[in-house]
Amino acid sequence: MKAKVIVMPKLSILDPQGVAVREAMRHHGLPGVKSVRVGKMLEVEVDGADEAKLHEICRDLLSNPVVEDYELVLEN
Amino acid sequence: MRAAVIRFPGSNCDQDCHFVLREFGFDTDFLWHKETSAAGYDLIVLPGGFSYGDYLRCGAIARFSPVMKSIVEQASKGVLVLGICNGFQILCESGLLPGALIRNRDLHFICEHVSLRVENVANPFLSASRIGRVLRVPIAHGEGNFTADAETLRALNAEGRVLVRYCDEAGRVTPEANPNGAAENIAGICNAQRNVFGLMPHPERACDGALLSTDGRAIFESLVATLGKSRAA
Repeated sequence: MKAKVIVMPKLSILDPQGVAVREAMRHHGLPGVKSVRVGKMLEVEVDGADEAKLHEICRDLLSNPVVEDYELVLEN
Repeated sequence: MRAAVIRFPGSNCDQDCHFVLREFGFDTDFLWHKETSAAGYDLIVLPGGFSYGDYLRCGAIARFSPVMKSIVEQASKGVLVLGICNGFQILCESGLLPGALIRNRDLHFICEHVSLRVENVANPFLSASRIGRVLRVPIAHGEGNFTADAETLRALNAEGRVLVRYCDEAGRVTPEANPNGAAENIAGICNAQRNVFGLMPHPERACDGALLSTDGRAIFESLVATLGKSRAA
């Protein structure tokens, strides 16, 4: 099974990287860019399909629930 | 007094911590992160560095190192735990301390001396200092921006668990004196039981006259006083 895990900073958390990228995009000629948030995506290949375990790992290891949300997308 | 300095792959302040602890009279061991027991110590230090290359998030992988389970257990028994810089990040990731350390507000890695205001001395880590004292101690981090939800911040303040805040040289806690964007200028906090302390600045780098400041000694002097068998020079 393949899965994608998308980890994003929570909306309530200031994302310093996102702010810096937003400013850079404005300097690159897109003054209308309002907001950018930078997260990360993990591509996972796994034998078997223990979705509950995957969620547990997303919560305990791949994201920090204090500052991040994750989304688990299962493929095929 | 027995102390353990935990070594993770990527720890790089372990020698400094070991050196200072020995100066202060601690019988100090290095403990590799694969050890399954951290029992038998009065003080456990999680040093600075880049454990596991800071992959995923700072401290995220180190918190699952075998030794951490025993450290959580020892902490619950009241053993003193001090996390410095990456050690603070590991303590937050492990849940021993609340909140999280995210990327510095200005994204830069900051390496400079800062001023810290002692906010609380009713704890084993600053008992030999006094409230309002200003300590000059270096910071060296890219992810030291302390973040916690409003409820956590309220609890930390109400319970006197913010032990040091970034301040100016006169001891004023101002936005300008905040190097990394940390919530309420927070540089270090302790747990509710007051035996686990994490801070981003490096007191071990401010213990020798050759290193610009000796203000970091306040923390080690407090630990010696707390543990009661002062053999410090």
